[in-house]
Amino acid sequence: MPSPLKNLALTILLALAVPVRAQTGGELHFCLHGEPKTFNPILVDDEASENVRYLTGGVLIRLNRQTQALEPALSTSWKISRDRRTITFHLRKGIHFSDGTPFSSEDVAHTMRLLMDPETHSPTGDAFRSGEGTAQVQTPASDVAVITFPAPIAGLERLFDQVAVLSAHSPKKEMAVLGPFYVADYKAGSYVLLQKNPNYWRHDAQGHALPYIDSVRLDIQRNRDIELLRFRRGELQLINRLDAEQFERLQRENPAVTRNAGTGLDAEELWFNQSPAAPLPASKKSWFGMTEFRKAISMAINREDLCRVVYAGYAKPAYGPVSPSNHFWFNAHLEDPKYDPQGALRLLAQAGFRLDNDTLKDRAGNRVEFTVVTNSGNAAREKIATMIQQDLSQVGIKVNVVTLDFPSLIERMTRTFDYEACILGLVNTDLDPNGQMNVWLSSGENHQWNPSQKSPATAWEAEIDKVMREQATAPTEKERKAKFDRVQQIAAEQQPFIYLINKDVLLAVSPSVGGVAPVVLEPWGLWNVDTLRLGPAPELGAQE
Amino acid sequence: MNTPKLRVICASVLCAIFVVGLFAGTVSPYPYAKQFRERPNAAPSSTHLLGTDSLGRDLFARLIYGTRVSLLLAPAAALLATLLAGIFGGLAGLVGGWCEKFILAATDLSMAIPLLFVLLALRALLPLDISPVLSVIATFALLGLLGWPSSLRVVWAATKNLRNCDFLLLARATGCGRWRMIVRHLLPNLRPVLFAQFWISIPVFVLTEATLSMLGLGVIEPLPSWGNLLRGLEDISAVTANPWRLTPLFLLALVVICFQLILPAQEETA
Repeated sequence: MPSPLKNLALTILLALAVPVRAQTGGELHFCLHGEPKTFNPILVDDEASENVRYLTGGVLIRLNRQTQALEPALSTSWKISRDRRTITFHLRKGIHFSDGTPFSSEDVAHTMRLLMDPETHSPTGDAFRSGEGTAQVQTPASDVAVITFPAPIAGLERLFDQVAVLSAHSPKKEMAVLGPFYVADYKAGSYVLLQKNPNYWRHDAQGHALPYIDSVRLDIQRNRDIELLRFRRGELQLINRLDAEQFERLQRENPAVTRNAGTGLDAEELWFNQSPAAPLPASKKSWFGMTEFRKAISMAINREDLCRVVYAGYAKPAYGPVSPSNHFWFNAHLEDPKYDPQGALRLLAQAGFRLDNDTLKDRAGNRVEFTVVTNSGNAAREKIATMIQQDLSQVGIKVNVVTLDFPSLIERMTRTFDYEACILGLVNTDLDPNGQMNVWLSSGENHQWNPSQKSPATAWEAEIDKVMREQATAPTEKERKAKFDRVQQIAAEQQPFIYLINKDVLLAVSPSVGGVAPVVLEPWGLWNVDTLRLGPAPELGAQE
Repeated sequence: MNTPKLRVICASVLCAIFVVGLFAGTVSPYPYAKQFRERPNAAPSSTHLLGTDSLGRDLFARLIYGTRVSLLLAPAAALLATLLAGIFGGLAGLVGGWCEKFILAATDLSMAIPLLFVLLALRALLPLDISPVLSVIATFALLGLLGWPSSLRVVWAATKNLRNCDFLLLARATGCGRWRMIVRHLLPNLRPVLFAQFWISIPVFVLTEATLSMLGLGVIEPLPSWGNLLRGLEDISAVTANPWRLTPLFLLALVVICFQLILPAQEETA
């Protein structure tokens, strides 16, 4: 064969070899939905960077996303003092960072110093700031680290799931990692390429080094429709969160690629503006402040229909601040309020409202009418609002639905308080209720129905404040749980937030990826990335 | 088919659509807001001629009510915009000097500001408890009040050309008064331009309202408009699965084409 023809044939063969390698050669492809702002794990504050941190960072304690229990990772064991201020870690020996630098307690000390340094402005470090003063780290041995905080921290050990240990000595600084992969290449706006960490400490039951996958390519793709299109073409192997419509269509096309991890932690909720600073008529302020009114609204909303129509059945009615998927913290004793428009009318009648020619009026004869705002561009929320509009018309309440661009909505919610009711979602990434402190404390900025109060406006808000503070310092998890159960009970009785639905966590996974066990916690389908395998699906299924 | 016949057909089609929109309450089988929650995304059937939307609302009912909203208010907005363009464009072209410079500078400035952001800001300033009907009227009024700059430039250029025409010089030389000159000589000659701008503006405003509705502005739920009906087309794969959802798009395209085909007739007859 003449040389140019040989070259051409070789080129064609190489070109053909690429897709074959993509299927079987160990590179997992999926998308980040934004540009990672940092690769420094202690500065992570966005979802894309969080994904990279999870895939590259080695942590002392890992939360098993499936069992929701804590497991040893870089530490073999840990012990918390009775005053919950000191935690002692016993570290694994013989571990090295991705660049070969040995791992020791000095690295833990170095990481904690950076994390707690106010100059670093670490969002991860904020969770550890329990009181005045700094954290002290002692390293009595190369495999023992003792960290003492100035004040007790509730759920202390769980916080270490977010702390990727940095090397104190590596010249590569934060790019030397202890997780399953390291950042090998990054092209802004295009992709992040992760390569297998040759020094990763975990091995499977047969003693094989993990991870199984050689590399992970994270394409930066904001458009979810293009992401789905690429998945359909086989260019991506995993989509972490699909909306219900996309999921249903994909299921009709190819049920084998769809995975439902179950009810997620996030909730959609409706609340009424109870801020005294709100420029609202006195009659409306009075309705919104009435427990009976809020409870009646909750009873008149058909949550089952919301789940079935808006989310194609891939959601569950939500009745409280904690999703049933949060196994430990969910209060299973809460009563499920049923859809009961007649019951709602009875409750409204008790509160002085009356139905007059299918129009609900208050004691003073004012027609009950309010405007619900939500952010424009979120089709699901707009549908929820429109369905609530029809549901409440059954009890004589007129609802206007207004969509606003997000900045305008935030301006009204946080500065002018010029709105009546709002539908938004609560994103829950943390199982522990301490993550919701800013929502439940009456002084909190995210206490949306009446934020940043100087002193609690109502007796039940005062009780929530007290119980939330008590749970944060309670000595045992059991006591904390009892306290937070009470918070959930008060929330159910008072309905400051009318919880609507908890969405299912829906994923698309190529059959070529083996070992995927999707969970409701971030990073959903990737939580066990070090044990994922690539290859023909049936064989992998047998292996797993 | 010869052109006049085509124009007659287009005019008939437009009239038919207008009439159906006008009598939507009589023609529609269901209220536009009624949700048949057991039948979301239903295919066309004898019960629902064009199927239902994702909330189970009858799409045929929503389409004809949406036609009323879009086709009655878009011409009103176009009339307002053309009126403003006619007054200020004519003034600039006729008077000239500082007046012309000022009006043209204001026009250029208006054209440089993105209309969408102005509408977003103005919508955010409106009270939240505005009713859907008032919101629709406010949206089209804003479109009319802000949609004049491009028409103004055309009217100004036409007026400037006319100002130096022989017949106007002759009228001026024979002592014709300013108002008589405008009413008897200038306006009849500007009529084709004004008509053209009016007819062009109608589909432009219908499409702008469609864009606004797709951004969650403009016509608010549960009132339908062609704009918020077109939102169902955002997801291509959903459209592939439910091709009857393209009906609002076909209707919009039909109306725009009809307007465009009628347009030359106006220019010629004027």
